[in-house]
Amino acid sequence: MSTRTIKVDYLARVEGEGSLHIKIKDGAVAGVQLAIWEPPRFFEAFLRGRHFTEAPDITARICGICPVAYQMSAVHAMEDALGVQVEGPLRALRRLIYCGEWIESHALHIFMLHAPDFLGYDDSLQMAKDHPDLVKMGLQLKKVGNELVALIGGREIHPINVRVGGFYRVPAKEELAPMAERLRWARDAAMKTVAWVAGLPFPDYEADYEFVALSHPDEYPLNAGRLVSNRGLDIPVKDYEDHFQEEHIVYSHALQSALKARGPYLVGPLARYNLNFDRFSPLAQEAAKDAGLARECRNPFQSIVVRAVETLYAVDEALSLIEAYEMPDAPALQAEPRAGVGRACTEAPRGFLYHRYRLDEEGLIREAKIVPPTSQNQKIMESDLGRFVSGHLDLPDDKLTWQCEQMIRNYDPCISCATHFLKVKWDRE
Amino acid sequence: MPRKRRPKLAVWKFASCDGCQLSLLDCEDELLAIAGELEISYFVEATRAVVKGPYDLSLVEGSIAAPHDLERIKKVRRISKFLLPIGACATAGGIQGLRNFADVKDYIPLVYARPEYIEALETSTPISAHVPVDFELQGCPINKRQLVETVCAFLQGRRPQAPAHSVCLECKMRGNICVQVAQGTPCLGPVTHAGCGALCPTYQRGCYGCYGPKETPNTASLSAWFKNRLGVTDPELLRLYRTFNAGAEPFRQESKAHEH
Repeated sequence: MSTRTIKVDYLARVEGEGSLHIKIKDGAVAGVQLAIWEPPRFFEAFLRGRHFTEAPDITARICGICPVAYQMSAVHAMEDALGVQVEGPLRALRRLIYCGEWIESHALHIFMLHAPDFLGYDDSLQMAKDHPDLVKMGLQLKKVGNELVALIGGREIHPINVRVGGFYRVPAKEELAPMAERLRWARDAAMKTVAWVAGLPFPDYEADYEFVALSHPDEYPLNAGRLVSNRGLDIPVKDYEDHFQEEHIVYSHALQSALKARGPYLVGPLARYNLNFDRFSPLAQEAAKDAGLARECRNPFQSIVVRAVETLYAVDEALSLIEAYEMPDAPALQAEPRAGVGRACTEAPRGFLYHRYRLDEEGLIREAKIVPPTSQNQKIMESDLGRFVSGHLDLPDDKLTWQCEQMIRNYDPCISCATHFLKVKWDRE
Repeated sequence: MPRKRRPKLAVWKFASCDGCQLSLLDCEDELLAIAGELEISYFVEATRAVVKGPYDLSLVEGSIAAPHDLERIKKVRRISKFLLPIGACATAGGIQGLRNFADVKDYIPLVYARPEYIEALETSTPISAHVPVDFELQGCPINKRQLVETVCAFLQGRRPQAPAHSVCLECKMRGNICVQVAQGTPCLGPVTHAGCGALCPTYQRGCYGCYGPKETPNTASLSAWFKNRLGVTDPELLRLYRTFNAGAEPFRQESKAHEH
């Protein structure tokens, strides 16, 4: 009997801290454990007693890479509870700042976290020595995303301008014009990015996922839509908890989300792409086709191509939104406190996140529930790792370890986000 | 002149959102130059390569909130020549420091189904509560310009320029109209450390103190102003001081004064 162990104690180039432990016994995978050992931060606990207006600022601090996603889910959930409907230019501005976050987060992931794996570099700084122009372009693309978030939100990390009902201050149309210039450059850069990542060598792997994402009749999903899947799920966001549950797995002591009816599911770029391809702009659809991306994509390593296409879409969409923008009369709608429950899902770069709040008549939060994308993908990540390793047992340890790391980075996991739901503790044999 | 060995940079993470270390990757125009001047030796968010310590400059993000981190921060101090906590978690315990005002045993079951597996300290505390630090950058998140300035100062062997005055002064320098005086919006600007460039007042909202207390803040006077002139209640005052820098002493004390 022989035992082989693959261990990565500190997962690099992911957001937050986790580790991986795979056990192979007699030529078969005996266990996969993705451990997340970030200290818990207890957001849902200390949100109790806070005023509803504070939720966007507080929940932004769950994640430094996708604070806008937390702010958006928080404000939409509060508006659901308070009976406020944000439409017109305020809605467009929300979509615009979200586009900025997609560009920034996707460019960071493509160029700095993920691409080095495909080309055998430890990091993007090493990659920059051989491909300086490419890395510089990636950094500038990321910068355009950050500039867009900062323009609308005040700063790129933990924006200060998002509030329940709208914004504190809205830009005049002419303030957005210089941004359009930058975005036109970014559109070319994003097209080059799609073409470049399409040529990367992808490990041979496919899985039969249940994809879950928001879906909206008229737009590629960011802030709104129904939750749909490729296996018949089609529900309003308010029914989320009827169909999904967080399971407490004894062996890992972690909370992992699953569909009550069918188990693990995948969220994120691959899910959005497969469920919403026809709502991409023509330019994004064209780029996907030129990149040789199949209409249905089930190889998670190709998520880097989908991320690039989504980046192009976000740039294209931002340009359309700026062109159509008219400054609203007021920066925000009034939101008066009242007792109630509000729920919302929006699409973070790495997958949708769900917020639910119960408010009392003074507008204080009595209960909060937040399900981030990474806790939803955790089960799939473990099963993909098990299957992938089973098919590549012939690889030497160092190569297999690296490919496992690469597999984890396929999901662009955000461990800081997930950690107030996940705590893993296990015996190392 | 022969070039000296490049100083080694390490970036460490404790309990945090990753935003402050992301600020380094957000220096899109400077990153490659920084990597030319410093050897990025340990930075898990950016690279899987690890160069062994000791390190010349350690940036530390996050607070001490879990038992195993009590030892880890001591080790980081031992292998670092200069140790620089960055951001509100590292300098004040962060938003997760709100547990310091509650009983963490009451918190755990609200989030986790199996409390017995949770390893969390009763408190979330800043780096300086555990080891000596060489300088601190406040802010939630830090300002990346200040980060670049501080790294440059380190490379040049001088003191970083990070003024300890209030947000008010930054607001005046920007030529903003005071949101508190002119619009009656409560603003923590008078007691909050500069560094953000007076962002919130520029966006027509009151400062919410994410850069933490300035040197010698007169919080009692500001609270009296809020209460008497703007009608802010005690529970509102408590919440105002009890956010991302709730553990910073002047804010902690002032929030205590409004407890009932």
